[in-house]
Amino acid sequence: MTRVVLVDDHQMFRSGVKAELGDAVEIVGEAGDVDEAVEVIAATRPDVVLLDVHLPGGGGVEVLRRVLGGARTGPAEAAAAERAAPTRFLALSVSDAAEDVIGVIRGGARGYVTKTISGPELTSAIGRVAEGDAVFSPRLAGFVLDAFAATDAPSIDPELDQLTQREREVLRLIARGYAYKEIAKELFISVKTVETHVSSVLRKLQLSNRHELSRWAAARRLV
Amino acid sequence: MRSVAETCDDRHVPENPAEAADVPPRLERRADGRVAAGVCRGLADHLGIDLVIVRVAFAVIVGAGVGVIAYVALWLLVPQRADVRPRRDWTQLFAYGVVVGVLEAFTLASVTERGALWPLVAGGVGVGIIWQQADPEHRRRWVRNTRSLWIRSVVGAALVIAGLAAFLLQNIQHVGQVLLGSAIVLAGVAVIVAPWLLRMWHDLDDERRERIRSQERAEVAAHVHDSVLHTLTLIQRNAHDPKEVQRLARAQERDLRAWLYQPKADAEQALAPAVRKISAEVEDHHGVPIEVVCVGDCPLDERLGAMLQAAREAMVNAAKYAGGANGETPSVSVYAEVDGDEVMIFVRDRGRGFDLDAVPADRMGVRESIIGRMERNGGRAEIRTAPGEGTEVRLELKRS
Repeated sequence: MTRVVLVDDHQMFRSGVKAELGDAVEIVGEAGDVDEAVEVIAATRPDVVLLDVHLPGGGGVEVLRRVLGGARTGPAEAAAAERAAPTRFLALSVSDAAEDVIGVIRGGARGYVTKTISGPELTSAIGRVAEGDAVFSPRLAGFVLDAFAATDAPSIDPELDQLTQREREVLRLIARGYAYKEIAKELFISVKTVETHVSSVLRKLQLSNRHELSRWAAARRLV
Repeated sequence: MRSVAETCDDRHVPENPAEAADVPPRLERRADGRVAAGVCRGLADHLGIDLVIVRVAFAVIVGAGVGVIAYVALWLLVPQRADVRPRRDWTQLFAYGVVVGVLEAFTLASVTERGALWPLVAGGVGVGIIWQQADPEHRRRWVRNTRSLWIRSVVGAALVIAGLAAFLLQNIQHVGQVLLGSAIVLAGVAVIVAPWLLRMWHDLDDERRERIRSQERAEVAAHVHDSVLHTLTLIQRNAHDPKEVQRLARAQERDLRAWLYQPKADAEQALAPAVRKISAEVEDHHGVPIEVVCVGDCPLDERLGAMLQAAREAMVNAAKYAGGANGETPSVSVYAEVDGDEVMIFVRDRGRGFDLDAVPADRMGVRESIIGRMERNGGRAEIRTAPGEGTEVRLELKRS
């Protein structure tokens, strides 16, 4: 069974999530702030960490930085460290701010879902992240489409800085509220291929050095 | 008094003066808070002597002439410290410039009448003292050190006034110089009050910033009161009606989210905010959560307005018939994308769906308000549905 650590500073929310998940996963630890989270994750080595974006002590991004070791290096090394370590992160937040969403993904989280997600959906998202796949909510897919379309500036590394036609199609369908199975049916491809496309988008999102991504996310707040 | 330790904004200068005396720092020019080249600042650190003493000494020997050589030699030979941010202190430069200038004039005038220059010397030193008080580091300590500050400022002002008075008395016999005298007095007063005005201006600036902050706080409090507290009251009153509670909570959540995260935009002007507004209205009216994702944006025109009406009709239909097929919570997804000149809106529900061909031809909802409206405006509407699979309405329009 998937071993899960729950990181959120609201005790009420943690018990709510625990009740919703029920017996589907094994909750091996809980934490209410950054220091606690780093400690609990190191002690229990879970498969998946459900990570709140807003936490006392630096937020979810700080937990990612300290656990994945992204501080010393860049997102590239963070991703490498994350491949080596079996612990994977799924961000869970009430925030809709592009800055937060893009921030935790670039920090190394494998997915982002909002707290309004239903129990069964959360369970399946945890399962998918545990297997190393990416989980995109419709909103995250919208942000990614927007962010990659936001600039006309020539990219340094087109392989990383642009989405392929197929990836865009997959993201559009996610944004339209389609589940992976429905996307596969719509595009006449297998669910595995859909997962590959989404993982590839995630990789681009994390590795692209394009400053526009972060700047775009930050600017959206200021308008 | 300024001591070496007070300038310790980095690890090279030890915390306490006793330590500084044991291990003097290397002789380096310091570019932070320099007046000319940072020679005096570096020298003061190195020797452990008060900076003001070193500077005045240099001002005196530079004013006398020989100091220039010494200063330039140190400038050239002593390396500059690399780890500090260069920052010239213009008030200090002015203060020491006055001292040097007066001494220079005194040296040059030694051949002519010496006595006439003493008032200028006194006045110049006074100006120097006053401007020295305007040093930003001093200013920060004004609160603690008001007494000695006052004494110094009064001494400075007295010197300036005495100098000016003596100058006027000596020259009063010259007719026509009274006007000049008045001008000099005014200039003197301006020089005296300038640092105070400067400081007052800074204080006003701080106050203004504080006021803006408190206004923001008041705005947040007002918003929380008007919306959140209000909704919580309504929820308590409607606790017996789960559907109404959910509608209230959802509406409040949407409102708060828009306020916190969404750029302020005008729903009359642009597509994305208009889509959000319409879906909010439908959501409020029918009590079904609608998830909206927008990519890109463009200004509204008449045809896009018609498209929005069609989208609204589709949302209303979706909300009415979305009722969860397998007992899951009903939900509607709306996705709007502007890609170049192509605008697309998708409205999808996971309801029971229907057989499109079985809908009577005279039913206005789908045929007229959605498909007909889009076609009249040069767009396209496509409806995909099947019993048990939910419904998706796809609207497309090329922007003119």
